[in-house]
Amino acid sequence: MTVPMIELRGLSKRFGRSYDAAERMSRAVARRFGARLTDDTVRAVDGVDLSVMRGEVVGLAGESGCGKSTLGRMVAGIMPPSAGQILWNGQDVATLPPDRAKEVRLKVQMIFQDPYASLNPRLRVAEIVGEAPRVHGLIANGGFDEYVDQQLRQAGLDPAYKRRYPHQFSGGQRQRIGIARALAVQPEFLVCDEAVAALDVSIQAQILNLFMELRRTLNLTYLFISHDLGVVEHLSDRVLIMYLGRIVESAATDQVFSHANHPYTQALLAQVPRIEARKRRFTTIKGEIPSPLSPPAGCHFHPRCPHAFERCTIEAPVLREIAPGHRSACHLNDQG
Amino acid sequence: MTATIEVRNLRTHFFTRDGVVKAVDDVSFSVASGEVLGLVGESGSGKSVTGFSIMGLVDPPGRITGGSILYQGKDLAGLSERTLRMLRGNRIAMIFQDPMVTLNPVLRIDTQMIEAVRAHAPVSHSQARTQARDALGMVGIPSPEERLSAYPHQFSGGMRQRVAIAIALLHNPDLLIADEPTTALDVTIQAQILAEVQNLAARNGTALIWITHDLSVIAGLADRIAVMYAGRIVEAGESEAVLDRPLHPYTAGLIGSVPSRNRRGEALRQIPGTTPSLLRLPPGCAFRTRCARTDAMCEQEPPPAEPLPGRMARCFHPLLPVPA
Repeated sequence: MTVPMIELRGLSKRFGRSYDAAERMSRAVARRFGARLTDDTVRAVDGVDLSVMRGEVVGLAGESGCGKSTLGRMVAGIMPPSAGQILWNGQDVATLPPDRAKEVRLKVQMIFQDPYASLNPRLRVAEIVGEAPRVHGLIANGGFDEYVDQQLRQAGLDPAYKRRYPHQFSGGQRQRIGIARALAVQPEFLVCDEAVAALDVSIQAQILNLFMELRRTLNLTYLFISHDLGVVEHLSDRVLIMYLGRIVESAATDQVFSHANHPYTQALLAQVPRIEARKRRFTTIKGEIPSPLSPPAGCHFHPRCPHAFERCTIEAPVLREIAPGHRSACHLNDQG
Repeated sequence: MTATIEVRNLRTHFFTRDGVVKAVDDVSFSVASGEVLGLVGESGSGKSVTGFSIMGLVDPPGRITGGSILYQGKDLAGLSERTLRMLRGNRIAMIFQDPMVTLNPVLRIDTQMIEAVRAHAPVSHSQARTQARDALGMVGIPSPEERLSAYPHQFSGGMRQRVAIAIALLHNPDLLIADEPTTALDVTIQAQILAEVQNLAARNGTALIWITHDLSVIAGLADRIAVMYAGRIVEAGESEAVLDRPLHPYTAGLIGSVPSRNRRGEALRQIPGTTPSLLRLPPGCAFRTRCARTDAMCEQEPPPAEPLPGRMARCFHPLLPVPA
């Protein structure tokens, strides 16, 4: 069995606030008198296990607030986890010596959603793309211009524009600059967080094609985060569905789209507008996504689930294998 | 029968320092009662400005420079601002992409809704409040009575959009213009909103103009589709026909770019290049710099033609089915 390129073990992220002395005291008094206080903690990501093999494209889908971006940021190393481990080729990144940890950080790069906000408006394109590889000594002496030109060409940009500033480019071109910047440090793993969500349909197709081409030419591995199931289906080998901080289903792409097991996945798929579905009645799942500050007990989806029964309100279902390579977290699978 | 809204040769131009931007240039369409028109286009195609023009919401340096907008046969351009105010929010309503365009963040929902009711109907405060509560219930807001006294920031994005829709529907408008109202929402919430709007439009016989870049949403919602590119409608027809057999190469390119239309893992069929700036449109067909079928003829302006019965396309080389 080969070692996964990235492996997450029980990875969690909690966002909370700290209380000052007066608050702590008053909360302690209130508890003494029997008040049931909850901490204002959001479990953005709650005990996620995941492994990604070299060369794989894993799609991560879910609605706003499900924790998919937080998960992506932890994988990319720009946000520390609250609990759990991230393993890079079998080694825990938290225990690596500093110089080795720096190497690993370069190997994992991130592409952001907003091509307007993720580029420094005061830097020229050549500086945006060339700064990191120069600092990390990836460019031979005197080879700066040539290196930057090559990175820009690789992302489908004309190197003649490298003296320009980000505001002089369209949204699609800016996203290409973001891709060139990420690729300039020669990563092996890309975390794409809604990387095409802000783009027009025709430009989105161009950028998706670029991602697929880069995968072939550079042998890249992707964690592709998107709320757009059409995009995820098109690009991914394997798909994960998240709901309120937990992965509820994971399987090969075909399997998820043809034999979704979890009621949430099924509902989500039923509601995706498809160009093939003409003049139809739109159906709905009842209710809204609950606040992650106070998620429902047991299975987070039970208040909206048409099949929920008593156990779902008490016990959180475990993500377990229901068929080879297909995992789902639903109590219904335990009933014969 | 007169259409609820008929737009004829509408031109809305913006007179900027850098030149004239022809945001809407010779646009014509009509929508009948109970009908849903999908107005499709990418950023800068002029689809939103078309909506604003009908609502009379075009601000300087923009100006409607030509054409007419007929609401039940009456030209809106000839009406006074006072008469227009009586129509707007009453007979003609609009939902925006961002519900906070509709909602005032410092006023409670009841204050805003009661004001909207009483602006157009001679009812008492308490009657207006009842009407507002019923409208909230109708768009699927749980416990509307309590929610009336909340402020907009106490609602989630999906709920805010529902409130905006409830306000738009308060007076059972004859025409509803929806400008990408579900683009910022999650799939499950989008489906809920689409279901509400679809039901309400069908029940009240509202004419609906749904503005979007998302062909998949339009496929499920619209009776007819008009595709805009660089300020013009380049193709129009029945939804099914346009989506199955597009005539204009741009429409075909857009449909081809949708991931579900392509085989998984294969390169998506993409339209080369980017939308040209409206300040520097190539003469002739605006799409010709990105089009595979272009030739010398396309340097002329293609007039609206009817290559197939009931189908409009502005193209010298439409994708006609090859006779067998």
